[in-house]
Amino acid sequence: MIDILKRLVKQPQGLIGAILFSILAIAIIFGPMIAPYDPETFHFGSRLNSPSLDFWMGTDQFGRDIFSRLLWGARSTITLSLLATLMATVIGCTIGVISGYIGGRFDEIVMRFIDAAMAIPNLLFSLMVVTVLGSNATNAMIAIGIAFTPGMARVARSVTLSVRTLDFVAAADARGESGLWITAREITPNILASVIVEGTIRVAFAIMLLATLSFLGLGAQPPAPEWGLMVSEAREFMFKSGWTIFWPGIAIATVALTFNLLGDALRDVLNPKTH
Amino acid sequence: MSLQYIGKRLFYLVVTAFVVSMIVFGITQILPANAAVMMLGEYATPDALAAVEERLGLNRPVAVQYLDWVWGILQGDMGNSLRTDLPVGPVVFEALGRSLILAGFALLSVIVIAIPLGVFAALNRGKKGDLFASFFSYVGISMPEFVLATLLLVVLSRPEIGLFPASGYVPLSEDFFKGLWHIALPVITLAIILTAHVMRMVRSEMIDTLQSEFVIAAKMRGLSKYTVLVHHALRNSLLPTITVLALDVGYLIGGIIVVEEIFAFPGVGRLLIVAVQERDLTMLQAGALVMSVTYSLVNLFADMAYAYLDRRIQYD
Repeated sequence: MIDILKRLVKQPQGLIGAILFSILAIAIIFGPMIAPYDPETFHFGSRLNSPSLDFWMGTDQFGRDIFSRLLWGARSTITLSLLATLMATVIGCTIGVISGYIGGRFDEIVMRFIDAAMAIPNLLFSLMVVTVLGSNATNAMIAIGIAFTPGMARVARSVTLSVRTLDFVAAADARGESGLWITAREITPNILASVIVEGTIRVAFAIMLLATLSFLGLGAQPPAPEWGLMVSEAREFMFKSGWTIFWPGIAIATVALTFNLLGDALRDVLNPKTH
Repeated sequence: MSLQYIGKRLFYLVVTAFVVSMIVFGITQILPANAAVMMLGEYATPDALAAVEERLGLNRPVAVQYLDWVWGILQGDMGNSLRTDLPVGPVVFEALGRSLILAGFALLSVIVIAIPLGVFAALNRGKKGDLFASFFSYVGISMPEFVLATLLLVVLSRPEIGLFPASGYVPLSEDFFKGLWHIALPVITLAIILTAHVMRMVRSEMIDTLQSEFVIAAKMRGLSKYTVLVHHALRNSLLPTITVLALDVGYLIGGIIVVEEIFAFPGVGRLLIVAVQERDLTMLQAGALVMSVTYSLVNLFADMAYAYLDRRIQYD
C-alpha cells in the first residue's frame, strides 16, 4: 500500500492529483469549520458584491457568501459522487464477474443487455431515471449509479475473462472448490486493480454528471449549496457578476481534474506491465 | 470484411434497438403517475381519468402496451404527444436533423484540430508544447459542458463585446452565415471538449506506434521523416482513434443535450429536456429511442470503417 503511494507521487500526474486530493479532503472534513459565514444566511446589504476582503469570492444574488457555500457544498457533492460510483462498481462487478465466470450462452445474453444499456448515453439514462424517481440529490445519485453500472460490468467481465484462464483458477477448479469460492477468493482480488482504476476515473464523470443534473434542475434543489445548482441560479446575473459563475464552475472542474489525474497515475502504477 | 460479418452486425443492431426500446419503455412504465394523471393533473375526476385511460389504452396489460408501441414504431408511428396530441415522430426527426448539424460541425473541427494536435504532442513528447497540449486536454476532460458553455457566454456574448448571440436559431438554408453565427458558440463548446478527449487518444496511440518495430524499421530503411510519419505511423494510430471517436459520440450526445438547453437551440436534446419537464412520456420515449439508435448506428459505421481500413483483421 505504502509502496503504491510512493510510486504514485513519483509521477507528475500522481503528485498533482495527490496534492489536490489532500486539499479536497481538508475541505470536506473541516469545510464547515473554515467557512467564514453560514451558507444560507442572506446579507441584504451586500448582494452580488464582487470578491473583497469580507467576501473572498464575492456574494450571490441574495448576498450569500460564495466561498462558504462552496466549502459546504464540497461535502455533499463529493460524497454523493463517490457513493454513486461505489454503487455502480459493486453492482457492475457482481454482474460482470458472474457473467464472465459462467460464460457460454448466459454470458452472451447478459452482454447483449449490457451493450444495449450502454447504447443509451449516461446523461440520457440518468435523466430518465430521475424523471421516474423525482428530482432531488439522492435520486440523482441513484440515477448516476444505475447509468454507470453497465460500463463497470463490462470492464469487470473483460478482466474476469482474462483472469479465469490463469493457472491458479484451474488449480482451484481441480481442488474441487465451489464456483462461489473461486469467484470470491481467486478472481475478485485479481481484478481489483483494473476496477479501482476504472472507478477512480468514473468518479470524475460522476461529479460532472451530478453537477449537470443539478444545473438542469433535476438534482439538488434550492437553497442547497450544490455547485451545479449555483451555476444555474447565477445565470441570470452572469454578465454583470461573472464571479457567481466562475467560482463554482472552477470548483467542479478542479474536483473532476483531481480524480482524472489520480486515475491516470493509478493506471500506470497498478499496470502489471510497468513493474 | 465478409457479408456474413455485416449481416451479423446488422442483426446485433436490431437486437440492441429492441433491448433499448424495452429499457426505455420499462423505465417510463414504473413512473409513479401514469400518462392519464399527467395529462389531466392530480385533481381530475375518476370518470375523466377512466375515459382518458380507455382512449390511450392504459388499462391494458403492460406487455400488450409495449407490443402495441413497438408495432406502431415499426409502421412509422411513434405515438402522439401527451401535451399537444400531435404525432411525435416528425417533431423528433426534424429536431434530430438540426442536432446532427451541431454534431457534424463539432466532429469536423475535431478532425481538423484534435488529430494534428495529438500528432504534434506525440512528436514533442515531454517538451513544452506537449505539456501545454496535455494540460489543455486535462482541463477539457474535467470541464462539464454546462460550465464551459456558460463561461464562454460570459466572456464572448456579454453586451459590451457581443461577439456571438447568446441564443436562438436561424436555419442554414435560410441565411447561411447568420445561421453559422448562431451555432458558433454551441459548436465551439462541443468542439473544445471533444478535442480534449480525442487529442489524448491520438497522442498515446501515436507514441505507441512511433516506438513499434515497423516504424523503427522504416526509419532505418532511410525513408523520409514525412513518409514514416504519415504513411506508417499516422495511418496505424488513426485506426484505434476511429473506435474511440465513435464511443465519444456518446459524450457528444450528452453534451448536445446540455448545450442545446443552454443556447436554446431547437434540437432533439432540448426536446428531451422539455419532455422531462412537462412529463410528456411519448416524447421522452421517442427522443430517447431515436438518440440511442443513432448512437448504435454510428458505432456500427465506425466498426465497418475499421474493418475496411485494417485488412489484417479477419471478421467472421
